[in-house]
Amino acid sequence: MVAPVIVLLLLFHYLPTLGNVIAFQDYSPYVGIRDSEFVGLANFSRMFADGAFWSALVNTLTITAFQLVFFFPIPILLALLLNSVLSVKVRTFIQGVVYLPHFFSWVLVVSLFQQMIGGAGLLAQSLRANGFQAVDLMTNPDGFILLVTLQAVWKDAGWGMIVFLAALSTINPALYEAAAADGANRWRRMWHITLPGLRPVIVLLLILRLGDALTVGFEQFILQRNAVGAGAAEVLDTYVYFEGLLVGDFGYGAAAGLFKGLVGLVLVLAANKFAHLVGEQGVYSRS
Amino acid sequence: MSSQAVKPPAGLLSRRRHPERPIWEEEPTLVGRLGKPVVLALVFLVIAFPLYVVVVTSLSSTEAVTRAGGLVVVPRELTLAAYVQLLSGGVVTRALVISTAITIVGTAFSLLITVLAAYGLSRPGSLWHRPLLFVVLLTFLFGPGIIPSYLLVNSLGLIDSYASLILPTAISAFNLIVMRAFFMGIPAELIDSARIDGAGEFAVLTRIVMPLSKAVVAVVGLFYAVGYWNAFFNAMLYLNDNTKWPLQLVLRTYIVQAQVLPSGAGGVTATPALGLAPAPSLAIKMAIVVLAVIPVLLVYPFIQKHFTKGVIIGAVKG
Repeated sequence: MVAPVIVLLLLFHYLPTLGNVIAFQDYSPYVGIRDSEFVGLANFSRMFADGAFWSALVNTLTITAFQLVFFFPIPILLALLLNSVLSVKVRTFIQGVVYLPHFFSWVLVVSLFQQMIGGAGLLAQSLRANGFQAVDLMTNPDGFILLVTLQAVWKDAGWGMIVFLAALSTINPALYEAAAADGANRWRRMWHITLPGLRPVIVLLLILRLGDALTVGFEQFILQRNAVGAGAAEVLDTYVYFEGLLVGDFGYGAAAGLFKGLVGLVLVLAANKFAHLVGEQGVYSRS
Repeated sequence: MSSQAVKPPAGLLSRRRHPERPIWEEEPTLVGRLGKPVVLALVFLVIAFPLYVVVVTSLSSTEAVTRAGGLVVVPRELTLAAYVQLLSGGVVTRALVISTAITIVGTAFSLLITVLAAYGLSRPGSLWHRPLLFVVLLTFLFGPGIIPSYLLVNSLGLIDSYASLILPTAISAFNLIVMRAFFMGIPAELIDSARIDGAGEFAVLTRIVMPLSKAVVAVVGLFYAVGYWNAFFNAMLYLNDNTKWPLQLVLRTYIVQAQVLPSGAGGVTATPALGLAPAPSLAIKMAIVVLAVIPVLLVYPFIQKHFTKGVIIGAVKG
C-alpha cells in the first residue's frame, strides 16, 4: 500500500537529488548526465568568485535575521492576546480571520499589496487625491526587506499563532490560580508561568527557522524581483533560477542549489544538536 | 479562598464581571480594557479591508472606477459586468477550467496515495515499516533543488503536460505524517477484531479506518486542494505554452506584471507587444483576484471546522 508513495518519492525526490551530480559537471542537456565532462569543483569556485552570488547570500541571511526579530515574536504576541480574550465567540471569529491569509497564494498576496500600497494602489491614489506626492512602496529597493516582512506577517503570522495557542492551552490553570493566591500580578504570572510554558515550542520553532535560514520564500521573491531589481530582491533560490535555469547554465545553477541544500542540512542538524545540548527536546531525538 | 467575595471595583468604566473570568484573576486595567478591542479591530481590518476593496472594485462600473480615480472604497453603481466578461470565454475562463480540473484530479490522486501509505505505515510490524518511514521522513531534510527537478521532468517528457503540475508535488510528507499520526490513534483491538472476522487489509481500511478518520481525511484533502489551487511555480517552470496556464499564472501576468495575454489559442509569449486584447480595466483585474480567492473562501469554513477538533494541532504537537 505504501508502494505508490515510495515510487513517487524515489522518482521525484531522490532521483533528482542524485541528479545534483551535474553540479560537478560541465553539463549539457544534449550530451546528458552520463557523458557530460566532469569538472570537479569548477562550478563552485566560479560561484564563490561571483559578486552576485555573495549579494544573494547576504540578502538571504539579512532577510532571515530581520524576520527573526520582526516576524518571529508576532505570532507569540498574537497568541497571548487572543488567549486573554474571554469571549469564545470573539476569539473564534478573530482566529478564523487571521488564519485565512495562510491559504492565499503568494501571487494573490503580492497582488493585494500592490493594490493597497503599490504605485497605482489605494495609498498612492488617496495621496494624489489630497495633493501629496504619490509613493510606490512596491518598487523601492531600500524598503524591500520591510515590505517582504510585512507580507510574510500578513500572510502567516496568524497561522504561526496556532502552535503557540496549543501550547498555551496545555498550561495547567491551577498554576495561575496558585500564583495569584500567592500575590503574583498578571505580569509576574506571564513571566513565571506562561513564558516557561511556551519555551519548548519557541525553541523548537527557532531551531526550524535557523535550520531554514537559507530559505526565505521562493515565490514571494520571484514575483517581485523584477519590480525592485536583483540588488535587493535576489536571494539564493532566485539566484539558482535566474543564473542557472533561465540561462540554461544547468551545472552552475545546480552547484548553487546544492550549496544551499548542504549548508541548510548542516544548519538544521547543528541547530538540533544545540537544542539537545541546552536541554530542550529538539526536532529529532535519537530514539 | 474567599471566592464569592470578589467585587468589581466601582468607577466610571466598571461593569459586570465577565462570566468566563476565573475568580482569582484581577479585573483588567483601563488600558487593557480599551486597548484590546482596538488591537483586535485593527488586526481584523488589516486582513479584511484589502479583500473588501478588491471585491467592491470588481463589482463597480467603469464610471465608478473612473470617478474614484482607481480602487473603489464606497460601493456605488454595482454591476456584475466584469464577471460576465471574464466568464464568457477567453483566457480567464480557460484558466479557471484548467485550475479547477488540476485541483480536482490532483487532490483525488494525492489523497488516495496518502491514505494508502499512511495506513501502511501506521501498522507497526508491516513489511519494511521502519525503513519506508525513514524514506518519507528524510525528504524533510533535503530538497532536490529546482534544476535537477526541472531536468528530470524534462527528460520524462512531461514539459507542457498537466501531469507536471500534479506528479512532482503529489505527495506531501507533512500531510502523510499528519494522517499516519491519526491512524495510529485508532485502537488496535478494532482492527484485530475485524481481522478475526475475516477482513483483509483493504476491507479494514475502507470499513474500519476510513469511517473513523473522516475529519483527518477532509482536512488533508482540503490542504492538498488549496495547495493545487494556489500552485504557481510548477506551472511557471514546466508550462511554456501559455494556453495551458492555470489561474494563478494568469493572475500574475495580469496583475503583478500588468501584462496582457493574447486571447487566441496559439500565443507563444506573454509580452505586451503581442497583446492583441486591450489592457483590462481595473474592475476586470480585481474580478480575476476575486475568482482566485473564492474557492479558498468556499472550502475555508470546512478546514476551520476541523481545527476545533484538534486534528491539526494534535499532529503538529507530534
